[in-house]
Amino acid sequence: MENEKTCTGPENELDVKDSSRRNFLKQSSLLTAVALTPGAAVKAAEMHVDEKIAAVFEKMPLKMEVNGKQQNLSVEPRSTLLDILREQLDLTGTKKGCDHGQCGACTVHVDGIRVNSCLTLGVMMNGKKITTIEGLAKGDQLHPMQEAFIKHDGFQCGYCTPGQIMSAVACIREGHAGSETEIREYMSGNICRCGAYPNIVNAIQEVKSGGQTV
Amino acid sequence: MKQFQYVRPATQQAVLDVINKPGALALNSVVSENKLVADKYPLLAMALKAGASPQLRNMATVGGNMMQRTRCTYFYDTAMPCNKRVPGSGCGAYEGVNRMHAIFGTSTQCIAVHPSDMCVGLAALDAMVIIAGKKGERRLPFTEFHRLPGDHPETDNRLAPDEMIVALEIPDNNFAKNSYYLKVRDRQSYAFALVSVAAALDIENGIIRHARLAMGGVAHKPWRLFDAEKSLIGKRVSEESFQQAAQLAMQGAKGFGYNSFKLKLAPAGIAEALKQASGLV
Repeated sequence: MENEKTCTGPENELDVKDSSRRNFLKQSSLLTAVALTPGAAVKAAEMHVDEKIAAVFEKMPLKMEVNGKQQNLSVEPRSTLLDILREQLDLTGTKKGCDHGQCGACTVHVDGIRVNSCLTLGVMMNGKKITTIEGLAKGDQLHPMQEAFIKHDGFQCGYCTPGQIMSAVACIREGHAGSETEIREYMSGNICRCGAYPNIVNAIQEVKSGGQTV
Repeated sequence: MKQFQYVRPATQQAVLDVINKPGALALNSVVSENKLVADKYPLLAMALKAGASPQLRNMATVGGNMMQRTRCTYFYDTAMPCNKRVPGSGCGAYEGVNRMHAIFGTSTQCIAVHPSDMCVGLAALDAMVIIAGKKGERRLPFTEFHRLPGDHPETDNRLAPDEMIVALEIPDNNFAKNSYYLKVRDRQSYAFALVSVAAALDIENGIIRHARLAMGGVAHKPWRLFDAEKSLIGKRVSEESFQQAAQLAMQGAKGFGYNSFKLKLAPAGIAEALKQASGLV
């Protein structure tokens, strides 16, 4: 069970929810079963049989390509793309900031289009190609946007940076990096609490004017 | 359980279908960036681009945008009463911190505003909502789709539980040349409107033949300004006629304290949007 992993931060909350839901399932099926065949039901509960059954019935197959690698997964229908990336695929570069579409830290590309992965259900991604921050560099060679962020000091704490960079790449690809004003407008879905905005804009402008393929 | 699927037009014909009949599943970004929408209904494109963030517009659908809850911060705050969340529990905003709230069409039960920009544009453009249900298809003018709070603020719109939005139709018009969407907000981008104004004019030789006006951020639904529109017909494009229309639009407006600034901001916004739309700037 993936939730047995030790987690810190927002993931803990998920663990709590998840385990309390499982406890509820356990208790409710236990109560029903006790009325019928006490001995067997108690034993089944002790062996976590209901959890194992639930795990099979509650999950759905999901095939998607992540950073060029095909993934065949089994996911809960309620799992977000963000949680699948972080918890199941260990791609923790994509950050969970607000978890409801306000901060942009979770920005990834789906078939080349930038979206908030925290608002994207995993089951909607069948057959899609996902690119995360881990998929930008080619081996040891950083993506031009990553280089530019380092050069222009486009971050302080760095938490929003993966989302900023994914958004910045999309911003140029979409043709929305024509001026500082346009960049600011089209980067508005990525919040930086350290306030590195001027440097982020500089980094994007350099990559744009450098004419490199992003 | 079926897999979900967004619609992303791939062919020219599919794009045309999006224009003439934006499907309920068409993405906000696709509609807003579409050349034919920009040419034919620039007001809709402007309104869409004023909404949310680029990432969210890549996910938001036309139907989903329409169906978002009319809501305020008290709706989210479970420590406070909210007649939308728990009917009959009271309204935290009525005498609370109501800076973002409505000035038109309010009830003692609810003073929240509908947050959409797209819907303000569609209300102004006389869009028609095509709804499918068990009894077949029905058509509802966009301005009648969302409702005012009255005694049932928990109900945002007139879509029945067994119905779904399948498409929108926007009638042909001559507003493309003189359209403007003004959005006044706390940040320059990615914030809900304090007041927004969709203005569309059909001008011939300096005389206004037809006018369409709708506001966002001021009511439980996109707020169409029918009387102000009528007052503009036959008038010459002028600051004076725009100011008159703006004053007329404010009849019946009521502030609740923190949001009373909207009583001045709204008419100023209407006049400004009309100036921008007419090219009088």
